Amino acid sequence: MDESRPIFIQIAEQVENDIIEGRLPEESQIPSTNEFAAFHRINPATAGKGVNRLVEDGVIYKKRGIGMFVTTGARDMLVERRRTRFADEFVRPLLTEAAKLGISATQLSDMIRTEGTSP
Amino acid sequence: MTDTATPVVRASGLTKTYGSFTAIDGIDLSFEENRIYGLLGRNGAGKTTIMQLLTGQIFPDGGRLEVFGREPAEHVDVLSRICFIAESQKYPDSFKPKHVLESAPLFFPHWSQGLADELIDEFRLPLNRPIKKLSRGQLSAVGVIVGLASRAPLTFFDEPYLGLDAVARTTFYDRLLTDYAEHPRTIVLSTHLIDEVSNLLEHIVLVDQGRILIDRDADEVRGSATTVAGTRDAVESFVAGREVIGRDGIGGLASVTFMGALDALQRREAHELGLELAPVSLQQLIVHLTGADLSAEKEVVS
Repeated sequence: MDESRPIFIQIAEQVENDIIEGRLPEESQIPSTNEFAAFHRINPATAGKGVNRLVEDGVIYKKRGIGMFVTTGARDMLVERRRTRFADEFVRPLLTEAAKLGISATQLSDMIRTEGTSP
Repeated sequence: MTDTATPVVRASGLTKTYGSFTAIDGIDLSFEENRIYGLLGRNGAGKTTIMQLLTGQIFPDGGRLEVFGREPAEHVDVLSRICFIAESQKYPDSFKPKHVLESAPLFFPHWSQGLADELIDEFRLPLNRPIKKLSRGQLSAVGVIVGLASRAPLTFFDEPYLGLDAVARTTFYDRLLTDYAEHPRTIVLSTHLIDEVSNLLEHIVLVDQGRILIDRDADEVRGSATTVAGTRDAVESFVAGREVIGRDGIGGLASVTFMGALDALQRREAHELGLELAPVSLQQLIVHLTGADLSAEKEVVS
């Protein structure tokens, strides 16, 4: 866990990552709040806040008395949302660091192309 | 939070003095049902005194205190719902752990013998060794077992893990969480070792010099401070007008910690000024808030 950010947000993000990367397929059951709490050694109320956040976002839904399941279409929605944040979270810091090191835009795109083709 | 439930603990203006020394200085406090609280602060901050007041072991000199709706002292119906695991619990000289564990069920109506037996096994507690001859860790294990197996609606652990090794501490955290999930109750963990327990806590009460500095949900506290580092001029202009709680510096470089989180725009601004932003852990935040560095600096200024 990253100490600087609310844990419930980190729990929600981990589930989102599992959905995006296919470890939690759509309509599959996700662990219970208490299972999240025990696994991460966190307060169950905190785990519950993370799960509720996903329910509010429509990423997962509750089946009363059975558990929580990944919504159909959740993966596409999450990927779309992450894409819109990609520029802010990854591209801009990359450009700032490149500018600091005197790497030009051309050199940077060359580097991305090289890295992209190497195994 | 708009909770209509009666709080388990409600204190206002609570005060405790010893001669001219004010141990607890008019605090307001409220513990709600079925939450895990962290009572944090340095040694001597007043944590143990607060717990002694709440458990009716000592009397307040001022203020109002209700535990389960009544004054705790001398009310059996209140005290039977409370379990207080003291940091250095004293036992009769001739006692062995088995005597403690045989008498504990008499005091706690919700006692779980099954849980106690499992914990004795997991902590490898020798039941027949005189308590005087137990190691510090084994002594702590006795307290932890009683505290968890009591399933008391209001359970206090005062520095419960002195001498417990890493495996035993992990066992304590795991058992605390799983049993709490199945049998919710109000648990108060008092400690100055914050990093290990911070994730277990739902709400934090930070005490310093008999007063309450922070009384907030743990998730609000986490990320409530930011450290910014870079050249002194850039850092100082960036933190101007902010509530600074810590300052470090070497040569022309400075690192300043302030209360408040930054939004995406402010983060970008910081990066464009060449400043580094660093997270502040709960433990670091508390060191800043209760440490001597700021008051020392204030003295220099004045």
